[in-house]
Amino acid sequence: MRVVEKRQLLSAEEIGRTLSRLAHEIVEKSGGAKDLALIGVRRRGVPLSERLAKQIRGFAHADVPVGTLDITLYRDDLSTIGQQPVVQSTQIDFPVDNRELVIVDDVLYTGRTIRAAMNGLFDLGRPRRIQLCVLIDRGHRELPVEASFIGRSVQTSDTEIVEVRLQEIDGEERVVLVDRVP
Amino acid sequence: MLQRLSHLLGTETLSSEQIAFILDQAKPFQEFQRHPLKKLATLRGKTVALAFFESSTRTRISFSTAAARLGADTMALQAESSSLKKGESLIDTVRTLEAMRPDGIVIRHASSGAPEFVARRLEIPVINAGDGTHEHPTQALLDALTIRDRKGKLEGWNVTILGDILHSRVARSNIHLLSKFGVRITLCGPAMWVPRELEKLAANVRVVHRIDEALDGADVVMVLRVQTERIHEPALAPDEYIAGYQLTPARLRLARPDALVLHPGPIVRGLEIDSAVADGPQSGVLEQVTNGLAIRMALLYHLIGGAAADAPHPAKDRSNASD
Amino acid sequence: MLLIKNGRVLDPASKTDAALDILLDGERISKTGANLSANGAEVFDAKGLIVAPGFIDLHCHLREPGQEMSETIETGTQSAARGGFTAVCCMPNTQPVNDNASVTRSIVERAAAAGAVRVWPIGAASMGSKGEALAEISAMKGAGIVAVSDDGKPVATARLMRQVMDYCTPLGLPVIDHCEDPSLFAGGVMREGPQSLKLGLQGIPAQSESICVGRDVEVALLTGARLHIAHMSTFGSLEYVRFAKRTKLRVTCEVTPHHFTLTDEDVRYDSHYKMNPPLASRSDRDALIAGLADGSVDAIATDHAPHHAASKDVEFDRAPFGIIGFETALALGLSELVHPGKLSLMRLVELFTAGPARVLGMERKIAAGEPADLTVFSTGHEWTYRAAESPSKSRNTPFDGRAFRGAPMATIVAGRIVFRR
Repeated sequence: MRVVEKRQLLSAEEIGRTLSRLAHEIVEKSGGAKDLALIGVRRRGVPLSERLAKQIRGFAHADVPVGTLDITLYRDDLSTIGQQPVVQSTQIDFPVDNRELVIVDDVLYTGRTIRAAMNGLFDLGRPRRIQLCVLIDRGHRELPVEASFIGRSVQTSDTEIVEVRLQEIDGEERVVLVDRVP
Repeated sequence: MLQRLSHLLGTETLSSEQIAFILDQAKPFQEFQRHPLKKLATLRGKTVALAFFESSTRTRISFSTAAARLGADTMALQAESSSLKKGESLIDTVRTLEAMRPDGIVIRHASSGAPEFVARRLEIPVINAGDGTHEHPTQALLDALTIRDRKGKLEGWNVTILGDILHSRVARSNIHLLSKFGVRITLCGPAMWVPRELEKLAANVRVVHRIDEALDGADVVMVLRVQTERIHEPALAPDEYIAGYQLTPARLRLARPDALVLHPGPIVRGLEIDSAVADGPQSGVLEQVTNGLAIRMALLYHLIGGAAADAPHPAKDRSNASD
Repeated sequence: MLLIKNGRVLDPASKTDAALDILLDGERISKTGANLSANGAEVFDAKGLIVAPGFIDLHCHLREPGQEMSETIETGTQSAARGGFTAVCCMPNTQPVNDNASVTRSIVERAAAAGAVRVWPIGAASMGSKGEALAEISAMKGAGIVAVSDDGKPVATARLMRQVMDYCTPLGLPVIDHCEDPSLFAGGVMREGPQSLKLGLQGIPAQSESICVGRDVEVALLTGARLHIAHMSTFGSLEYVRFAKRTKLRVTCEVTPHHFTLTDEDVRYDSHYKMNPPLASRSDRDALIAGLADGSVDAIATDHAPHHAASKDVEFDRAPFGIIGFETALALGLSELVHPGKLSLMRLVELFTAGPARVLGMERKIAAGEPADLTVFSTGHEWTYRAAESPSKSRNTPFDGRAFRGAPMATIVAGRIVFRR
């Protein structure tokens, strides 16, 4: 089984512009930066949420808190796999009650990750509202989950994979569509 | 990726990588204890059998809470009410439990080797919660986590273990674990409870019988419970023990100024340890308890979670699952 | 008539090592010589095999009367025959204890009816082996015992040992002691040492045995009696026996195959490694082997101790002590002692024949007029020991599945072949 790159979806420059647009949309639709907090879903949602917070600090001059959420313990497929995945830390240093939360992740696909993220957030308190921001929406939802802030929507097939590569984690900056070939 | 553990029977057979992995995996569960809602669905639908053939309150409650917070159900067997008293053999008791299809079994037993005996005969994971005077691995793991958190690392310290080492499974598990991390271990207590042969148990172990010698330069002092009444042996008068080996504030000053004091519990104040030390700033006793919960949750998650051993590895079509 | 042809005869009593034929007539050896022939005799071709006097086991447990679920005289002696033994001495710790003539008689009669090999009972030293009153020793002697012992326990006190010795000497009976100090033994399940410390199992120091051997040797000095140390397992005990022999006392000793093969390092939590005396240290084992070679040790004895499977299949501390051993004794002697060159083959045969006979005050040799008891064995036959194939009712052995080179091939008792591989 090998992985073959089909085409590039976003270049480094396009990622930057997309994030800037998303940051503005978030502040607009959340009624300003007050009570706003970003929750980055591990792994790649984390640098994305940090970059969004930095953008918001830049144009709105507001310090929006950022938390990181590991959803491993909330996954719905743990009992179907053999070796259990390694659990990472969740670090949310601010109270969640009554907050305007925006979950940030790189790709929205079946929606199960976001359901798990919401379960995790409800263990911590009762937010006023939860919205979702993703860089790529690739369709194929298996649960009724929707994103309010979408970088780009892409049509994909089941064998394809959307790979978001970020400097902080992958050492390069682009989004590509790859295929799994036998 | 760590070789999947099928059982946790002792620290002697764990590698330092496996131990480090368990300590790392306990961290998210430490953090979890601070959530307002301490209930996951991670092990929902799983059943953990708690077979405590020797009475124990703290360890049993710790495992039972760990399982419950992970969303698992428990089935509990307690020595007092057990059919073992009616002459049922260990095998039959365990097979009866197995017939109710638990996903794992936590066992505490008065005979050294009993968890291994059970593990050889069952298909499900076995976790040793203390067997005879042999091992108590989850205690050593939570002690190691406490040391690592309080002192920044686990490696290279001088650790003194005080008390009846000969009859202590906690001591043995700690000795095996700590010596894998380059810790220099000093064992100290009355000579009939700390025979020199114990130096052969692992690398870097020395036996001394005078407490001042044992505490000099110690970074960590582990105080063990003491049973002054013994079967088959002459008893030791409590006052004798206190005079020679109680950890008092004055004696603690012989150790390093920032020395950490640990005790597996339950503490008998005024016997092996002075109240002032047990409650003092150097004591890590309460953190040990919280860490015990985190360690046991991490172990239950990894050993009992998941499908049967031959199920596929993650990433079937989870191509965009958060990794 | 039975003619054993073409074998290599090894007879330690006469120091014979030669290619000889042996003619058996009825229950006696009729003659030995080169190239014998006899009309009408059944011929047994022993080509490539060793022909030795019939092996004697000084120490075993047949469990009958009272514990027939673990073994009976019938099943135990069938297992003994498979091990090459022509005579076995069974210990008195049955239920009831063999401390009077009627129990002795019942054992002798049962053996005559159903035993595959000769059974020579050992009577108790004290009533019920309780260590208080003397057992009915002279009555038992009349019924057929060959020695006395309170095996399973030591003879309780030095005073009692003195009384037993004084009583047995005019009867010509050796006193066999299971040497152990109860206060040092207390609660122990394996040899005290680094392994017992690691495993968290209660240890028994070596001195538990040697203190008692020392005591017995001193009482032997006092009484001049014949003393035999059962299942000796430590260097310290061996030194006391050497001292006694130097002092010309009639003190003898035996070692079991598991004690010259295994050590305490082999113990994990498998009760098939739990016996009394426990497996000892490496240096003890090596000292025992040196003693076997230099003549300080007089005999190899199995201490065959059957326990039915359910009783052994429990936690180590709760399991009873003991393993079976008839069928692996010779094979272990060959693999651990002769093949590695620590002992000559003749010496090994002596430890199974003339040695034990001397302890009992008799002779065992191949000569005209002697009982027609022979053990025919191979030093090269390759086989795997499987406990499940044994006629014994018990399976408690650490050697199940072990491959061996050398085995008993035929056992002849009173002129009849009672086992043939």
